[in-house]
Amino acid sequence: MTLVLSLIIGFLFAAATYCLLRRNLMRVLIGILLLGHAVNLLLLSASDPLSRLPAILGKDGTPDFPGNADPLPQALVLTAIVIGFGLSVFTLVLARSCFQGKPVDDVRDLGREDLP
Amino acid sequence: MTDLLLISPILLPLLLLIACLAFSTRERSAGIISLAGTAVLLAACSALLVQVSTHGTLTLAVGGWKPPFGIVLVADLLSVLMLWISAFVALAVLIYGVKGGPPSSRPGHTHVLVQGLLLGVNGSFLTGDLFNLYVWFEVMLISSFILMVRERRKQQLAGGLTYVILNLLASAMFLCGAGLLYGKLGTLNLADMAVKLGSIEDPEFVNTTGALLFVAFAAKAGLFPFHFWLPASYHHAGPAISALFAGLLTKVGVYALLRVFTLVFTAENGFSSSLILYLSMATMLIGVLGAVAQYNVRRLLAFHIISQIGYMTAGLAIGTHLALTAVVFYILHHIAVKSTLFLVGGVLEMKTGTPDIRRHGGFYQSQPLLAACFLIPAFSLGGIPPLSGFWAKLNLLQAGVQSGEWLFLAMALGVGILTLFSMVKIWNESFWKAQPATSGAHENTSSLPLAPGRPYLAMLLLCGLTLVFSLGGFFVFELSSRAATGLADPSLYIDAVMKGGTP
Repeated sequence: MTLVLSLIIGFLFAAATYCLLRRNLMRVLIGILLLGHAVNLLLLSASDPLSRLPAILGKDGTPDFPGNADPLPQALVLTAIVIGFGLSVFTLVLARSCFQGKPVDDVRDLGREDLP
Repeated sequence: MTDLLLISPILLPLLLLIACLAFSTRERSAGIISLAGTAVLLAACSALLVQVSTHGTLTLAVGGWKPPFGIVLVADLLSVLMLWISAFVALAVLIYGVKGGPPSSRPGHTHVLVQGLLLGVNGSFLTGDLFNLYVWFEVMLISSFILMVRERRKQQLAGGLTYVILNLLASAMFLCGAGLLYGKLGTLNLADMAVKLGSIEDPEFVNTTGALLFVAFAAKAGLFPFHFWLPASYHHAGPAISALFAGLLTKVGVYALLRVFTLVFTAENGFSSSLILYLSMATMLIGVLGAVAQYNVRRLLAFHIISQIGYMTAGLAIGTHLALTAVVFYILHHIAVKSTLFLVGGVLEMKTGTPDIRRHGGFYQSQPLLAACFLIPAFSLGGIPPLSGFWAKLNLLQAGVQSGEWLFLAMALGVGILTLFSMVKIWNESFWKAQPATSGAHENTSSLPLAPGRPYLAMLLLCGLTLVFSLGGFFVFELSSRAATGLADPSLYIDAVMKGGTP
């Protein structure tokens, strides 16, 4: 399971990097989305879900439900997903209004427009 | 009572944000609420500054979860100084007046976003939790994204897109670093992390996660290889907004670097910081060379931000007590000076209708007060005694001499001369030379003196602050020195967090 997860994360990072290096803005954005997924999976797997005792303890100082995963990484990933979703939507809208009415969404045009 | 005081820099902008949202269709009401509320925020930050400087670090375990389990808010002297200066700059910018965006949209939303920005900035300064820092960063970034592209001009959108994409990448790096740290240490509390990282003795792990966080913060701060978004975007935002960004955004990155790389990733914990010094020197040089080549007034100033960020992180890399003192002083001085210059640049652009300084001219004759408002911060930035920039650079250079960083010394002095050169360039072109005989509608407006109103009040307030930093340098230096003591000795911070405030 761990091996499969790390392979998936590696693949996602590779794909994200490949997309980020493209010239089409849409591919760059897809790269950012993939990167977000890769990071979320990394967050989940790096905290090794089943090996640590959860932060919530029972009255006698031992966990009430032994074998449960640490809830904190899941909370972190959830937060990251929500924030990532909001930012992705905003970036998509921005990209759309940036290249409206143009045939090609070449990122080099961004720099060209920037010249005074 | 102190708990309420400690959380007020977060609570107030949040309440103001909600209040402005309710008045979003009426720009005037929203503006008054925003302005009055920010004045209250400044008062609260002043009270907090007095409280912390007399009674020591305050902490608050949010929701009653004791550290290291819950999120903890920490107000040490550095945080409080940063809070105070950002509240001051925000007040000045709101007095200057933020534009309402296109007429079709809801004009009051600008104030909502400004308060959102303050919320994120203040939260970043106060939090003592790594993941919480990420969340505050995002609050700050999303507000700044929208503020930047609010007028929807084509160039603004292009600059904004560069800004958004690079910052999203930096955020991904930050999350990777935070996730790996949590996986290894099982904590997100910065103080607890510092203790645990010291005991694991795994330099590869420390350097990997340290590098990830460094890239994330460096991109926010605008350090050399990650600085491209800054000169591409800042000058496209409205004048007041760009002054706010210039004062606050990059400095949050510098603050995060200062906090995390003096507390968690220290040389004792096995992090090697020599790269930071070389990157800082490259940043100083490249920033100032960019500025020398520019003729767009606010873009020139944006390149200067990068160059000055290099000075600050160089102080962090040197890392002695004196160097850290100089860095804290430098940040305070820089925020005041840079915001003023951006406001002056905004007035110049508004008066002439062009950002190109070659087509400006004659402002010294027509508007002597504006010239004074430019001259004080410009000389301060160039490091002319007795202005604040001189004291900041002097202390940094002394720290460099003490640690024998000769290359840094040579670089700092050379960059200082180029800084002064580019400031003189603006002075010569915009203020000193006669007004060029261009066609025009704008010619008439620029020869008329600017009405003594809110823009002047804002610029004079900020100039006054620069003068206070210059002439009352010793007092501010003393505060910076005490803040640096807390940075140089992480055990003070750790004790304060773990034991719930210093006794």
